[in-house]
Order: sequence, then C-alpha cells, then structure tokens
Amino acid sequence: MNSRSPILATLTLSVLLFMISPMILSITAAFLQQYSRGLASGLTLQWIVQVFSQYGSTVYASILIATSCVIGNALIGVPCAYALARARGRWARSFEEILTLPVAVPGLATGLALILTYGEWRDFRQSYAFILVGHMVFTLPFMVRTVSAAFQRAEIASIEEAARSLGAGFITRFLTVLVPVVLPSIVAGGLMVFTLSIGEFNLTWLLHTPLTRTLPVGLADSYASMRIEIGSAYTLMFFIVVLPLLWLLNLVAHLVQKRYGT
Amino acid sequence: MSSGSVAQRVLTACLMPVVIFFVAFWLLPITQLIALPAAKGWETYFAILTDSRYATSLINTLLLSLVVTAATLVLGLSVGLYLAKPKVPGRRFLLSLLTLPLSFPGVVVGFFIILLGGRQGAVADFFESVGLGRVTFAYGLTGLFLAYLYFSLPRVIASYTAAAQGMDRSLEEAARSLGANRFQVLWDAWLPQLLPTTAACAAIVFATSMGAFGTAFTLASKFEVLPITIYNEFTNYANFPLAASLSLSLGLLTWLSLFLMGRWSGGRVAL
Repeated sequence: MNSRSPILATLTLSVLLFMISPMILSITAAFLQQYSRGLASGLTLQWIVQVFSQYGSTVYASILIATSCVIGNALIGVPCAYALARARGRWARSFEEILTLPVAVPGLATGLALILTYGEWRDFRQSYAFILVGHMVFTLPFMVRTVSAAFQRAEIASIEEAARSLGAGFITRFLTVLVPVVLPSIVAGGLMVFTLSIGEFNLTWLLHTPLTRTLPVGLADSYASMRIEIGSAYTLMFFIVVLPLLWLLNLVAHLVQKRYGT
Repeated sequence: MSSGSVAQRVLTACLMPVVIFFVAFWLLPITQLIALPAAKGWETYFAILTDSRYATSLINTLLLSLVVTAATLVLGLSVGLYLAKPKVPGRRFLLSLLTLPLSFPGVVVGFFIILLGGRQGAVADFFESVGLGRVTFAYGLTGLFLAYLYFSLPRVIASYTAAAQGMDRSLEEAARSLGANRFQVLWDAWLPQLLPTTAACAAIVFATSMGAFGTAFTLASKFEVLPITIYNEFTNYANFPLAASLSLSLGLLTWLSLFLMGRWSGGRVAL
C-alpha cells in the first residue's frame, strides 16, 4: 500500500486528538485546586484523598462482582457450552440464539424486568447478588459462545473418544481431559466477561441501591452531584485501578494461550 | 440402558444449570415485563407510536444512532486503513492509544464531553479567550453525537485495523497497475473485502447507540433519547407499565435491526 496518504493521516491524527485530549484534561483536573482557574490555582491531592474515603468501597464491590461473575458463568456456562457443541439439533442452535437476547435487548429492559419480578424480595433486592445476577445473564453468552466454539473443534472429539475408550467416566473425562484442552477459551471468555461486568452501567444503575454501588454507579453519582475536580479524581482512580488490572488479565490470558493453546 | 440415552442424559444435565438460571433471571422477568402493559389496556403497547412525545423521542434516537453509525464507520475505516499500512511510524503505539478507551464505561465518556464542551470546558475557555463568549455544546445534540462517537470509535478502529491487515494485497496491486486512482482502489479493491467487518461494526454501533443510557444520563441532555425517556417514566412518574412498553419497543427495534443486518450480510452478526 502507498504509505503517502495525506487524507488518512490527517483523519487519524484528528481522531487521536479527539480521543486523547479528554483523558489528559481529566487527569490534570484531578490534581488542580480549582479547574476553572487552571494551574494558577495550585496543585493538590485532596480530591484523590476525598474520593478514596467516599467512594473507595465501590472499587472493591466492582472487582468482587466482576470476579464472581466470571466464576459463576464459568461454572454454569462451560458444561452448557459442551452440551451445545455436542447436541447438533435445531433446538440447540435456537437455544444459543435465545441466550444472546440479553445482549441484543437494551440493559434498561432487563433491569426493569428483574425489578418487576424480584423487587419485592427485600433481602435479595438490597444485596450485591441482585446486581451480580443481572451481570451474569448479560455476560453469559460471551462465555458460552467462546467455549462452545472451542468444544466444536474436531480434535477435541477424538481426544474425548480416546479417554472414553480408556474407560474414563463422564465426570473424570470432563474435568481432567476436556476442561484443560479448552482452558484458553475459558480464560478468553472470562476476560470478556470481566471487562463487560466491571464497566456495566445501563443495567446496574437500575439494580443498585444506596448500599450496593459499583464503580460506574459511583462515577455517575459523582459526576451528577460533586464538583468537576472530584469527578476527575474519581475517573483517575478508575484509570489507576481498572486499566492495569485489565492489562494484567490480558497478559495472563495471553500466557495461557501460549502455554496451552494449540 | 443404551449408551445413546446415557449420552442424552449427560447432555441434559450439562445444560440444566444454565436453563434454570436463564429462565429464572431473564425469561420469566422479561415475560412479566411483556405482560405488564396489558394491565393498563392494550393501547399501552403502542404508546411509542400514538403519543407524539414518545414518537419524537424514538425518531430522535433512531436518527442520532444512524448518523453516529455512519460517522463511526467512515472515521473507523479511515483510521483502520491508515494503521494497517506497514510503513506508518509507531502504528502499534497509535493503535494501543486509540483502543485504550475500549473499557471506559459510557458515564466516563459523558464526563469527557463535559470536560471538553461543558460550562467549565476547555472549548469554552478557548472561545472566551478569543472574545467569542463561553461556547458550550456538551448538553445538546452535538454533545450526545460526540459522546456516542467517542464510545464507538475504539471498537470499530480495532476491527477495521485487524481486517485491513488481513486484506489480500494482490487485488489492490492489480487495480493500480490497471491505472485505478485512489478512490477506485478504495471502492473496488478494499471495500468489498471489508464488507463483513463493516456489517458487524454497523450492527454493534447501531445497537449500542440505541440503548446507550449512561452517556446520555451523565450529559443530562436536553435532546431527549429513548433510554432517558424510559428512565424518566420509571423514576420520575413511577409509570411502570409505560416504561415497560417503551423498553419493549426499544428492545424489539434493536433486535430487529441486528437480525436484518445479519440476514443482509449473509452470516450472523457476532455481538
């Protein structure tokens, strides 16, 4: 390809400027005494300290929910993916399609539906489990589809057949032969689930209560009711905690892929 | 017992946890949501068409989503084609910067637009310093458009860059040797190869824009989109049947456009 293309280069640079400048503004604003007066107002760490004491718990809550979401979806989703890969019926295809509906339908609809059915179950409604359940239905198709595609590979059927001919029962076969072979896909699916869960807002805003707040819910709250410097400090906390965590998980997924991948 | 029925039982047992979970926490609640508007009369289902306020909100949302989709595709394609060129300096670094916002929630993107174009925003400071007064654009249509664009671009750039890197270069060389100009190469050699990516990106951007709630919520936009209308019906007016009806209309419309897009592009659109 011809590398001299001024139109594409200009567009790319404009897009880059548009993507980067708000990040820089937000990081700077977190350290300024007064955003509207800029650097002249002096630097401070007080907003960051305030955000930690006021919203620190939302970070733990989000990480906890995202982790539980990955574990829960792996526990129920991996056997389901296996069944869908082996059952070659019309109904299996339809079921897989139905499972993806919560992704196609806006989160608001799912949130309203869950409140309608379980809103009166006080203890459940007021616990983090209510948010977790919403995140799980929304992210389940990502786990199931990724792992199901791996189970469909031809060599896995023959590995399973070999284990069966050696007399291994289903549970032994599943846990010691099948799961290790598709582990890279489980990790890849899990990474997708984690990323989606930790940033989810549309559903969570409806499902949360004042005592069950996640990171994006807290962010929206601070943007609506706090000064711009606090919103920025909170956004910085999101960058500092969540981005390295996602990078680390990506790295782990990559290593697993290299070690166990075919 | 035959081995066939044992295998069948094993598969059923593997499927059961998801079936129970999905029925309990999605199918049953959604069925109740579908039944709810009937309690207020059958006409409630068609509120989005019969009430001019909701119809306006729907048209707003549709038009905004279409324009955002078109703009994201054009910009994403341009950036993707540029980054796929082998001789661009620092292209891996550029790509990682451009895809960094992939994991930002919509609320953060809304806040970014406020920092740019809000009352205390950088653009307002700039216009004031050149004597044009404090220009703000965050709280109206422009703000929503830019926020949706910001949210969608990283996904689309990532997809187009990956697809453009895997393109068959011989077609392009053939076109060039036949004397094709820049735009003929784009139209005849590149776009046909990028069609599946375009269909998948269009579907995902359109669907996320239709349902985007966090961004519009943070911007407290004066330009009312359907997710905000639904939320207001639910919280401010406590009108659950109407909120249910509107969110069903929104869900149906989004699902239908994804479905048609999948049909049109010949394969199913990966979500």
